[in-house]
Amino acid sequence: MTGWMGSLFRRELRLAVRVGGSGLVGVLFFLAVVTVIPFGVGPDLNLLARIGPAVLWIGALLATLLGLDRLFQADRDDGALDLILMSGRPTELVVLVKCAAHWVATGLPLVIAAPVLAIFLNLEPVAIGAVTITLLVGTPALTLIGAIGASLTVTLRRGGLLLAVLVIPLAIPVLIFGVSAADAAVNDPVPFLTPFSILCALTLISAVVGPFASAAALRFSSD
Amino acid sequence: MAIWDFANPTRFVRLVDRTLPWLVTACVIAFGIGLYKSFFMAPEDYQQGDTVRIMFIHVPAAWLAMMCYSVMALSSLGTLVWKHPLADVSAKAAAPLGAAFTFISLITGSLWGKPMWGTYWVWDARLTSVLVLFIMYLGLMALWRTMEDPIKAGKAAAVLTLVGALNLPIIKFSVDWWNTLHQPASVIRMDGPTIHPDILVPLLVMALAFTLLFFTLHLMAMRNEVMRRRVRAMRLKAAAGPRAASATAAPQPAE
Amino acid sequence: MFTGLSFSVGSGASLQVTGANGIGKSSLLRTIAGLVSLTEGELTVEDGDPELTVGEHCHYFGHQNSNKPALTALENLSFWRDFTAPMSKTVFDGSAQAPLAALEMLGIGHTASIPAAYLSAGQGRRLALARLIVTPRPIWLMDEPTSALDTTSEAHLLYLMNLHLKRGGMIITATHTELALSKKQKLHLQAAELA
Repeated sequence: MTGWMGSLFRRELRLAVRVGGSGLVGVLFFLAVVTVIPFGVGPDLNLLARIGPAVLWIGALLATLLGLDRLFQADRDDGALDLILMSGRPTELVVLVKCAAHWVATGLPLVIAAPVLAIFLNLEPVAIGAVTITLLVGTPALTLIGAIGASLTVTLRRGGLLLAVLVIPLAIPVLIFGVSAADAAVNDPVPFLTPFSILCALTLISAVVGPFASAAALRFSSD
Repeated sequence: MAIWDFANPTRFVRLVDRTLPWLVTACVIAFGIGLYKSFFMAPEDYQQGDTVRIMFIHVPAAWLAMMCYSVMALSSLGTLVWKHPLADVSAKAAAPLGAAFTFISLITGSLWGKPMWGTYWVWDARLTSVLVLFIMYLGLMALWRTMEDPIKAGKAAAVLTLVGALNLPIIKFSVDWWNTLHQPASVIRMDGPTIHPDILVPLLVMALAFTLLFFTLHLMAMRNEVMRRRVRAMRLKAAAGPRAASATAAPQPAE
Repeated sequence: MFTGLSFSVGSGASLQVTGANGIGKSSLLRTIAGLVSLTEGELTVEDGDPELTVGEHCHYFGHQNSNKPALTALENLSFWRDFTAPMSKTVFDGSAQAPLAALEMLGIGHTASIPAAYLSAGQGRRLALARLIVTPRPIWLMDEPTSALDTTSEAHLLYLMNLHLKRGGMIITATHTELALSKKQKLHLQAAELA
């Protein structure tokens, strides 16, 4: 990683850690989502084990979306976004680095928390491993796709809700293949690798599409 | 009124420095006796064997999880009604402790549950209520961390704590209702009066030890918070200018 | 936004843009910075780096300081030093200050390890200004540069601005107050009469 990217990465991480520990709030939200599900569907452990991977994935999706609205807005509010656009660095790479730092600060804690929360849902060890691996591979895609929504709504005062509405449809494929890969690990007929490879492909595609779309939206936003 | 004597942070810190050695000693002794009694004196359960000894950690931790919240609720009243300057310090210091004790009781409960239920977690009414309490503690801590100004954060957290205190019985009742709706509770019952004295005595000693531990940690955390606010004030002065900073930094050690 | 607007600023000269409130002084600066796209006409930097846009030759010193309250003054400044792409020496040979030296120069060296949240408005402004002298860029776009500064800081700012001009830099300011800059040109924006 060249100097300026490392510098940006470190700044983003420092901000994420020092400003309210946003990563931990995300994990807390994740925990809250997983806790309320049984209140809705009942405490039947077999049922919970069956829907467990889906609950964890939806929880992770929502937790990721909630943290995303500040991705560019904090920089816009204090004028730093203008300076970033004028810095002479490719905006696409800036977005990619910011997403990477944001994922390390908020996405990775979710992945680490997932095995613990899986215990609440009575998942078997194989399923716990599968959900954790799919989340590890899939949450970067959620962050990258979410970055598009974050840059589109950057000018809006209260863009958080709109961001979720914009991003959820785009995130559906990730959810589908993430959950089906996790399910496939437990239930025999489907092989695990097929949906898992597609999930990996989705993440790689969003690593390209996300920064480009997001950088374009950011350039228009300053008009 | 005695409590107003400690309104001055400097006097409070001095008092804490004087009290702490005694508290630590009492705590260590209580833990020594309690752990010895619970691990070597108490009989093992005829059904559960040695796992029953988890109870000596689990039950006091759960009791403290609730006591911590009462301390916080009382401190919140202190913040909002009596406007005691150290009340929000007390509430802020108690929250992580409460979360830690709740976490210990959840973990031990889950370890205890593994041999009992064959799984680490069941959505039993009591466990679920404790989990909700845990989330509330973490939420309060997040609120404190997110707000920059400690005074403002203290007031906001006090409101939330009191709303939570009013809500906790309702939550407990609802969770019980939800649980009986779905399945009859299948957890072991701990019917208080029928506990054999061989178990009850170590349990009470452990409860005392945990309570002492709480007060020790609470006072330490409060002192840290007072210090943290001083650092904040000193930084503000330091930013104002090198001359101003050196002028006010000099009398600091003499205080 | 603008019609019939044409101006040129030579090396070592300053341009003071004046005009009534809301006439578009800030928009003009943002257009030069490349933050607002040009619908018609063109902006060029003669003898500039052909690889870079006009905006990438500029430092923008706007109303906002862009200081992160959670980072220390030095962390804020070091980030902008590392992040902002440097100019090649052949295009503009300004002197690059080390971040700590820049803070000392602006009289806020003692705040280096203090989070920016603790800085006063004037100190925050000076921290933002320090960004301009750690990375050399030929054109300074300054929107109301003297706001929130006391008279001593203002004198300091003018000294820095004149130093920049002496090194062959250019400054375009949008301001109501007269600034004592060398080689000053003026551009007065006026509302077009509605036809």
